[in-house]
Amino acid sequence: MHERGNILFCGVGGQGILLASEVTSEALIKAGFDVKKSEVHGMAQRGGAVEAHLRYGSRVFSPLIEEGTVDVEVAFELLESVRYLPYLNSHSRVIVNTQKIFPPSVATGVEAYPEDILNELRKRSIEVLPVDAFGIARGLGEVRTVNMVLVGVLSGYLPVDEEIFIDVIKHRVKKGFVDINIKAFREGRALQL
Amino acid sequence: MQKNNNLKKALFLSGNEALALGAYEANVKVASAYPGTPSTEIIETLSTYDGLYTEWAPNEKVALEVALGASIAGVRAMASMKHVGLNVAADPLFTASYTGVRGGLAVVVADDPQMHSSQNEQDSRHYAMASKTPMLEPSDAEECRSFIRDAFRISEEFDTPVLVRTTTRVSHVKGLVYPEGKVREVAEPGLARMPEKFVMLPAHARRRRLFVEERLRRLREFAEAYGHNRIEWGSKEIGFITSGVSYLYVREAFPDASVLKLGLVYPLPEKLIKGFAEEIRTLYIVEELDPFLELQVRAMGVECIGKGVIPACFELNTARLKEAINGEKSEVFEPVKIPPRPPALCPGCPHRGIFYNLSRLRLYVTGDIGCYTLGALKPLSAMDTCICMGAGIGNALGIEKALGEDASGRVVAVIGDSTFIHSGITPLIDIVYNRGNTTVIILDNRTTAMTGHQPNPSTGRTINGTETNEIDLEALCRAVGVRNVVTIDPHDIDNTYRVIKEEVKRHEPSVIISRAPCALLPEVRRLRRPVFKVLEEFCTGCRRCLKLGCPALQWTGIDREEAERRGRPKQKGYTHISSVLCNGCGECEMVCRFDAIVKEAEDA
Repeated sequence: MHERGNILFCGVGGQGILLASEVTSEALIKAGFDVKKSEVHGMAQRGGAVEAHLRYGSRVFSPLIEEGTVDVEVAFELLESVRYLPYLNSHSRVIVNTQKIFPPSVATGVEAYPEDILNELRKRSIEVLPVDAFGIARGLGEVRTVNMVLVGVLSGYLPVDEEIFIDVIKHRVKKGFVDINIKAFREGRALQL
Repeated sequence: MQKNNNLKKALFLSGNEALALGAYEANVKVASAYPGTPSTEIIETLSTYDGLYTEWAPNEKVALEVALGASIAGVRAMASMKHVGLNVAADPLFTASYTGVRGGLAVVVADDPQMHSSQNEQDSRHYAMASKTPMLEPSDAEECRSFIRDAFRISEEFDTPVLVRTTTRVSHVKGLVYPEGKVREVAEPGLARMPEKFVMLPAHARRRRLFVEERLRRLREFAEAYGHNRIEWGSKEIGFITSGVSYLYVREAFPDASVLKLGLVYPLPEKLIKGFAEEIRTLYIVEELDPFLELQVRAMGVECIGKGVIPACFELNTARLKEAINGEKSEVFEPVKIPPRPPALCPGCPHRGIFYNLSRLRLYVTGDIGCYTLGALKPLSAMDTCICMGAGIGNALGIEKALGEDASGRVVAVIGDSTFIHSGITPLIDIVYNRGNTTVIILDNRTTAMTGHQPNPSTGRTINGTETNEIDLEALCRAVGVRNVVTIDPHDIDNTYRVIKEEVKRHEPSVIISRAPCALLPEVRRLRRPVFKVLEEFCTGCRRCLKLGCPALQWTGIDREEAERRGRPKQKGYTHISSVLCNGCGECEMVCRFDAIVKEAEDA
């Protein structure tokens, strides 16, 4: 049982990162933890890199994760998994959706998408868990469930019962999309079992 | 910790949502605001509660005047805004401080240290001292809820507007909040004729001026005993005086130290501060941005360490605080150099057609505040100034007056629909009145996009989505005396080019209204227009389409062999259109000179 934890969600605007962090926060609260979650709105959101800090414990003060203290990073895009390297340490665990979304400089051919980017994490002895969340979501027939696949993977590393997550998803997801999101969550959760 | 017993009732809310809940609990009856990050969600959330009136005002000055009017009518009222909005609302604030209130009046101001979504990082606490108005500063969402309740109470008890200041990491941080239920109705609404109090003729104002000073004296006394100015004793080797989000970083970084947490940051409790300081060996003042507390504490004759070590720029965090005080940075991984991912105009954004053409015409563009400020970024690179709401129009006229014929036909102002209503009409009148030749482009995307799609007076909808009078921008511009008003569809690249070129040449004022809805509006998303694709055999790799800076257009490099196979040995690559990102606006099709971009079959 972890008494406290720092989870960093990161990716590209529009990938459902805020909903993922919201569902995780509510599940942790239902499991009895104090939770603080920090995110940024406005100009920072327009198609750019997006991050959300989630901290839980018996009592949480700072809403921001201190550099070098992330327990789990959930990266929704391959390149984004290394953008926040100063927040990680050699015991951090990185769950990464292996999907690539080209940033502008790559899309316009100014520079190349870096090769073998996960090696930057592995060579610092960070545990990397690559997940083809986009592939799984597409297989389920709803690419917008990438976020729930990743929450499913994450849930295996949190002191929260699966049923609590299912319950939160039922309340948080739009009617008509509940079943597919629960399915996506379960597929993600089953990955490391 | 003791509050965790109450978990069943707890809600998980952002600071902004908690401010709305607290204001609702306090029986606020009228609330007005202009959207601005990080304050927007306060009124947005409040508008979902029953039994009160909420509105988007044209700007923050109007919002505060409406709230003050409601207070004069005897009900509790609130205005909320971002830090730079308080500059606009400063005029009514300074005199509202003299008049005082009837119903409680809270003015919420959200600062943005780090400038996540702002053009400066001003410290709004100075407004409290300058306007002689008390200011509360909550640290987290639960304090947002309870402090705004206190704000109304203090406002009525002391006959003063009360400022409530948050920062981005209070406004947009979610935490557990414990609702208390509504307070008992306190309002005595009605028309009350009190000219000595509300008509600020010099003779009346002089009397109120003395009242304000006396009120500050009483507020200082109140501050000594106010429950949210509290000492948390720990080790007395080092102690901290702090407030707002900085308190949370202090508790995180130095859990064993003594802390004097100030909930009321103006005016300060001198006895409490001096008493605390006497017990502490080394006293630090920890605050983001300016030494607002530090200067006042020093003026009390208390020795302390503040901005000598605590950074004045950008937001603090636990690591920065530890580094400032312990003098050493903890070792963390160095960042790896990877391609940046800056924000960009969305696929299908109607601003793109304007900035693509402004870039082609090499015009000097005085810009403004909104999504379209992103037109300054590569590859569009078509903005030369961006100062504050409405400034672009006045800037353009000033440039023209300074340079005369040298600037003729070379300068154009761009401004969004909501920003134009906020502060663009008066400088447009200046152009007409003082015989400028300036061309103004109003980017009417039918919403206030950057802050998350709020309706505004030109959209014909209110905050609740109900239909209302719609400001006719063309008629408005004509009414102030602009004879040349042209409306265009910015997605029509060639027509847009032609119109801008013609209008800037005119030797009289002109307004181009560029009208097309934001690509993220639900009605546009529902269109599900056919997306475009590149016929690779026709694409010569000229990169012209890439100058649009559309995220859906992606360059794919090819080698010499591949180029020869394609029959164009010098070709370096070709464009690919992401069918996931493309929204079917068609601008790239119009820009391509080789007919290489075509609609996907509609049935595909």
